[in-house]
Amino acid sequence: MSMAATISDTRVMVTRSVRRSRRDPEAFFTALMLPVVLMLLFVYVFGGAMNTGTSYANYVVPGLIVLCAGFGAGTTAVAVATDMSNGIVDRFRSMPISGSSVLAGHITASLLRNLIATTLVIGVGLAVGWRPDASVAGWAGAAGMIVLFILALSWLAAAVGLLVHGAEAANSATFVFMFIPYVSTAFVPAATMPGWLRGFAAHQPFTPIVETMRGLWMGHTSTGASVASQAGLAVLYCVAILILSAAAASWLFHHRVSQSS
Amino acid sequence: MSYTVNATGICKSFGNQRVLDQVDLAVETGSVLALLGPNGAGKTTMVRILATLLRPDEGTATVAGHDLLADPVAVKRSISLTGQYAAVDDMLTGQENLEMMAQLRHLPRREVRARATQLLADFDLLDARDRRVATYSGGMKRRLDLAISMVERPELLFLDEPSTGLDPRSREQLWGTVRRLVDDGVTVLLTTQYLAEADQLADTICLLDHGRIAARGTPDELKSSLGTEVIRLRFADDASYRRVAAALTPTHTDPRLRTVEVATDGSAAEVLSLLGSLDAAGTPALQVSVLRPSLDDVFLSLTSMDLPVTDAEEMAR
Repeated sequence: MSMAATISDTRVMVTRSVRRSRRDPEAFFTALMLPVVLMLLFVYVFGGAMNTGTSYANYVVPGLIVLCAGFGAGTTAVAVATDMSNGIVDRFRSMPISGSSVLAGHITASLLRNLIATTLVIGVGLAVGWRPDASVAGWAGAAGMIVLFILALSWLAAAVGLLVHGAEAANSATFVFMFIPYVSTAFVPAATMPGWLRGFAAHQPFTPIVETMRGLWMGHTSTGASVASQAGLAVLYCVAILILSAAAASWLFHHRVSQSS
Repeated sequence: MSYTVNATGICKSFGNQRVLDQVDLAVETGSVLALLGPNGAGKTTMVRILATLLRPDEGTATVAGHDLLADPVAVKRSISLTGQYAAVDDMLTGQENLEMMAQLRHLPRREVRARATQLLADFDLLDARDRRVATYSGGMKRRLDLAISMVERPELLFLDEPSTGLDPRSREQLWGTVRRLVDDGVTVLLTTQYLAEADQLADTICLLDHGRIAARGTPDELKSSLGTEVIRLRFADDASYRRVAAALTPTHTDPRLRTVEVATDGSAAEVLSLLGSLDAAGTPALQVSVLRPSLDDVFLSLTSMDLPVTDAEEMAR
């Protein structure tokens, strides 16, 4: 398979996946509403009761970014699972095209969807009083963190979508991504949690990811750890998840007997 | 004689279950071969193996002159697969589906749109070109599925249960379309559980039963393998029915319909003498019909299978 052919196939698959996302009005609308509604809810409803040592808008933005990405992961897993339970993937696999292009299409569409949601979170955040204090380099670092995190989560979601049978199972399986962020420093400091939960909350992957963004934007993390140490940990987590999930997804895509048979 | 598919000794198991057991299959170039059998007979597994989607546990095959295991990419270039469920993207329009497949077949950019438009015309889908496929009827989806298969004319077309879920009229249309493709020189490997479909389309039928080929031949060969034809006599009243059923040596009787079937050589003289003797005995037949054995009878006699009862089966008679 020539490089040019692989690139051309990938482009076709990206177009396909992006079109499919645009034409799923319910999912698209939810994905756009979610950042707005959650931001308003967290800042104006819960925010007043939260004691995070800063205005809650200044605390919660990275948390909402990962929460919306968790929702986006569900959409991605469902899209992949739907494809696999449909005859069309069999047709693709029986054609002389690179199998990875199908997954690449899903991942690219997932990245685009999530970046739109992230941009919305940032925009609404700024509107409700979020005041980041970051240099251009800080913003670039935060953007890099977000892209790496969404890529890793998208591949993980794709692997889940390939592993389970059917869209509904994929949806339930990725529910966990929408709840795990709560048990991190995304919304409240880990120190406020009971001791048995604190250890998990302080060390699970979402915490360094959230703290890296927070540190880059606000100048300091909420835990007191250095931004560099959190960033190192976050990148390590993301790269590990990315590599393992991409390998698992590629293997599953090639070896799994399609669900339709 | 050249063969587009030549498979020998294909075996495949899933766990402990042996799905294909030493299957040999040869499809002559330009012909239609039907793999016929009920659900679970192994038809789809055989298609998935020959379409490079599954590796056989044992056995070898060439498809369109390429070794299936040594050169799967060359095989993929020569085939087109239409699945049990129409393999189209139902969130895209018909036009977008065709253009996507044309791009994946690496047609030159300026030819993509023209080819898509031509196929939409050939398969009677021009009016629906800009509608999402989700809004298409089953028959339209299947036509689009076939149109996609013809973006580049394949040497071998797999039709895996093409008429599943189609109403009789759409099925007739589909058969017409398939015949046109065959006239164009496409070799077809068809799987079906409907006898009528195999009878209508296939040059050769392979009967698959529990992963083995139970019989193969032309539809006529399979029917005549059962030998004689049958006269079915229907009587007006129960008394006549009972007397005739007792007097003759029927191959089949049906008290509810008051019908008696007896073997015959099919000659006019024999039919005439039989009817004459019934008249003379005071038990004239109300209706008479001469039946060839149907493919159903062939299957029931050769296998342990229960074929689905459908209107398609009625059409086979």
